[in-house]
Amino acid sequence: MFDQFMKVRLRGMIVLAIIVVVIPLFLTNPFQYDLATQILIVGGAVVGLNLLVGFAGQISLGHAGFFGLGAYFTGIMTGTYGWPAVPTLLLGAAVVGAIAWIVGRPILRLKGHYLSMATLAVGFIIAIIINNESQLTGGPDGMPVPALDLFGWELSSFGLYSFFGIEFDGYELWYFFAGLMLLLAVWLAQNLIDSPIGRGLRAVHGSEVAARVVGVDTAKYKSLVFVISAVYASITGSLYAHFQGFITPAVAGFDFSIILITMVVLGGMGSTYGVILGAAVLTLLPQVLADFQELEMVMFGLILMLTMIFMPKGLLPTLGSMAGKRFAKKTGGQP
Amino acid sequence: MFSEFLQFLFTGVTIGATYALIALGFTLIYNASHVINFAQGEFLMIGGMATVSFMALGLPMPLAITLAVLLSGLMGVLLQRFAIAPAKKADVVTLIIITIGASIFIRGLAQLLWGKQYHVVPNFSSDEPIRILGAVMNTQSLWVLGIGTVVVVALVLFFTRTMIGKAILATSMNKQASRLVGIKTQFVLMLAFLVSALLGGIAGVVVAPITFTSYDIGIMLGLKGFVAAAIGGLGSGVGAVVGGLCLGIVEAMAAGYLSSDYKDAVAFSMILLVLFFMPRGLFGAKVVERV
Repeated sequence: MFDQFMKVRLRGMIVLAIIVVVIPLFLTNPFQYDLATQILIVGGAVVGLNLLVGFAGQISLGHAGFFGLGAYFTGIMTGTYGWPAVPTLLLGAAVVGAIAWIVGRPILRLKGHYLSMATLAVGFIIAIIINNESQLTGGPDGMPVPALDLFGWELSSFGLYSFFGIEFDGYELWYFFAGLMLLLAVWLAQNLIDSPIGRGLRAVHGSEVAARVVGVDTAKYKSLVFVISAVYASITGSLYAHFQGFITPAVAGFDFSIILITMVVLGGMGSTYGVILGAAVLTLLPQVLADFQELEMVMFGLILMLTMIFMPKGLLPTLGSMAGKRFAKKTGGQP
Repeated sequence: MFSEFLQFLFTGVTIGATYALIALGFTLIYNASHVINFAQGEFLMIGGMATVSFMALGLPMPLAITLAVLLSGLMGVLLQRFAIAPAKKADVVTLIIITIGASIFIRGLAQLLWGKQYHVVPNFSSDEPIRILGAVMNTQSLWVLGIGTVVVVALVLFFTRTMIGKAILATSMNKQASRLVGIKTQFVLMLAFLVSALLGGIAGVVVAPITFTSYDIGIMLGLKGFVAAAIGGLGSGVGAVVGGLCLGIVEAMAAGYLSSDYKDAVAFSMILLVLFFMPRGLFGAKVVERV
């Protein structure tokens, strides 16, 4: 039974790894690599957010706040003060985790929409502070961020690298690095979901009262997963800052919070691979729709609405069950 | 000193009355369907923008306003019919994302129709401001307060004296039981969206001469209405009105005495404080969760 479990989990990771490796065959220019890398980085953030939304059933409408905090912590500390990148990233994650813990304890007592309201407020406050403290953050104009320095080895989108005689462009390396990070994020998330913590979380999602009755410390689990999802957001935010080389307050803004939660719901709440698909769709859709110019917003809203109306469970779970049904019909057996 | 305070108070009460109307719209839909309607702000935008368009066609102002509010109401019905009703079995989160999609869609349409620039709606009556104890009050503020009061009284009468109003209340309390006693709950849901959208349209029209109006004005106004509703306690009518006024006044004071850059931060800190100490808002009902 346990072996089977491991196999299923491993299979998903392998499929994801293959997709990450195969996609560059279709990428022809740095702009496409840039988009793909963005999807991988933001994908890590939504995998974290999905732990909170999909498994603990708590809605966060302010997650970009944590993403932005991570990005700006990295930007300010490595840029203005010259700290080394990796320790800064980890310290930033610890700080954001601590903030999430402090804010989360009282907030997570709240039920349903009060929780979304509170997370929305936290996100807004972070965004407003970033916007207004311009001597530190550059204000609305944003600030530059140095390239990612991996223990003395600098990874820049514009660099040229050579391994074993093969030449790589910096943006290609960034893509694979981000892919590796996403795989790591997924692996950690999968382990968490299948741990006692994960089972506790699912109990909270099912019914909080019932979970409490059978002895699940719901407050502890909820704060824990809130902190974990904030740490995911912070780390991916830091990576995003290094990758882009320039950040603006939009990374912490309400719009981005909405985009993050929409990625989760659109891709399929509770499906780790689904939310990554959600991240890809929601990043690429505006690019595809840009050709429609004035119609872009109308089309985007319409597609979002129609998808959610006809696939309320999200893209991947719906497609998965459709494929499952067809397979069942063919074989005449159970899916 | 006092006149300054009075000035901020006037500003706060005026904008607060608008927030209260938006919050009431939120509350109505929330009670009927447990959906946080993120398209609520778009009803305000349509109210203001359509008034501009109808007046540009040469219609007299009262007629233009009436048509604009009705158009906003129609939008509410369409939203419920074509976006919320077909997704009956969806999670509440999914429904919320649908309303976000709807709000982007409506904003996109508005941008096509009216462009991106700001539009001006004239004051309902004289442009000459009123002076009270050294503070200046725009006559439009009186319209906002007056119409706000009339709307609230009308809503109270609607919910306590009419059969339809009581049916909406009953549905919000227990959907299945209401269906058992013969209330058509889908129809009631549509009514809730209609009334909510009408409220939004009215709020949008009365506030438009003060704030101007543009295709994207609904986002922030809608959010503030949501904040006001949460401060008051989601689902409580009294809470929505009190929450709206509180939020408006606190915001105006913060902008006046502290810093206008941080006025929104003060509003959002207020909601956190209220929720920390009163997890169900000021007037929220105690909910017993069934297992």
